[in-house]
Amino acid sequence: MPADPAHGTPAPGTPTRVTLTDDGPVLVHGPVEVELPDGRRLRSERAVTALCTCRRTRRPPFCDTSHRTRVREENHS
Amino acid sequence: MTTVSSPAVSSPAPTVHTGLAPLPEPRGPLSAAVLAVLRGEEPPQRPDAAAADPYGDDLQLALHCCYELHYRGFAGVPDDREWDLQLLALRGALEERFLAALRADVPPDDDVTAAVDELLVEPVGPGAETGVSHHLHRRGELWQLREYVAHRSIYHLKEADPQAWVIPRLPRAAKAGLVSVEHDEYGAGDPARLHATLFADMMRELGLPDGYGHHVDAVPGATLAEVNFMSLCGLRRSLRGALVGQFALVELTSSPGSERLVRGMRRLGCGPAAIRFYDEHVEADAVHEQILRRGVLDPLLAEEPALAADIVFGIRAAGFLGDRLGTAMLDAWAAGRTSLRTPLPDGPGR
Ligand code: FES
Ligand SMILES: [Fe+2]
Ligand SMILES: [Fe+2]
Repeated sequence: MPADPAHGTPAPGTPTRVTLTDDGPVLVHGPVEVELPDGRRLRSERAVTALCTCRRTRRPPFCDTSHRTRVREENHS
Repeated sequence: MTTVSSPAVSSPAPTVHTGLAPLPEPRGPLSAAVLAVLRGEEPPQRPDAAAADPYGDDLQLALHCCYELHYRGFAGVPDDREWDLQLLALRGALEERFLAALRADVPPDDDVTAAVDELLVEPVGPGAETGVSHHLHRRGELWQLREYVAHRSIYHLKEADPQAWVIPRLPRAAKAGLVSVEHDEYGAGDPARLHATLFADMMRELGLPDGYGHHVDAVPGATLAEVNFMSLCGLRRSLRGALVGQFALVELTSSPGSERLVRGMRRLGCGPAAIRFYDEHVEADAVHEQILRRGVLDPLLAEEPALAADIVFGIRAAGFLGDRLGTAMLDAWAAGRTSLRTPLPDGPGR
């Protein structure tokens, strides 16, 4: 996808790139404003924002890696 | 950064410092020789790095002093001493000893996917929750948290700098990915949001001096070794794969650990500037993980598949050094002792 080299953001008319990961969040490229079910709007200025799809995050709507598989370890190894 | 509700941060004014670190005290013949060259004196005699403890105080402080000339430098040491041939020869011998020990302690492997997958599970249960961040989350005391921050300051006051060395050494696609993470570490253009700045804000709120290099004399070789490994891999193009592996380890493991530190700090009643540093890293590193995997590791391996073994080496060696330091801290605290060489005012002694 051609990007504006000066700003790293998509050139005008370029669709926003959204990456679906198979194991975790949806990655949205460019600053985003997310509207929540209760009407609140959150802005993320990051170059890439990771939106939680697993619903386990403690910081909705953003991914906090809580989607990771938990592996139980009983004893000190 | 995410603007949900940013707490009003009112930290004490920054400590006045020049940005130049003071020269540390020597810890043996190797560091004494390096410090002598830095002062422009003739070193007593060429010390033998091959006999030194590769992770010990003396060798690691000597390496730290060699590397610091490539960053901000030391107060009173001429900038051009960075390229002093005597110093470079010494550094080469120290690096050889350090690297040989790591290559012996970290089994060789070139399965990057397996090494990365190991980091993408969250171990839970009594056998897993044994690390420093688990301790600080559940039961660590304030003086232990302050010691932890003093240890971490050796890296975080130059956060992202060792990894910046690798930028010109990467093929284009991996370079673009790595720089987008570095851009975030450097505050996305805002000096107040530079991660090193956020760390200094946290230090001051915790009542710790935040001067660059202030805590070097207080931290053991195990702490210096972690950062020296980054500098070693950053400065040597031949170790660019290991540098990327080291960076991946940090970015892939930081989010859950940062979340535990945020909770530990809330439990201990720490202020907003202290909490902000680790709070920012929970979300930021959830993104950095994705960029490191998809935007750096994947394209780098596609273009330079021969780097696979070095990438795994970087991941495992950084993990090994991190575990050594974590164990040293927890062992000292379990015995009611400081984990530092010189205790902080509110902590126990050695
Ligand atoms: S997708 Fe990562 S926490 Fe839900
Ligand atoms: Fe960071
Ligand atoms: Fe990061």
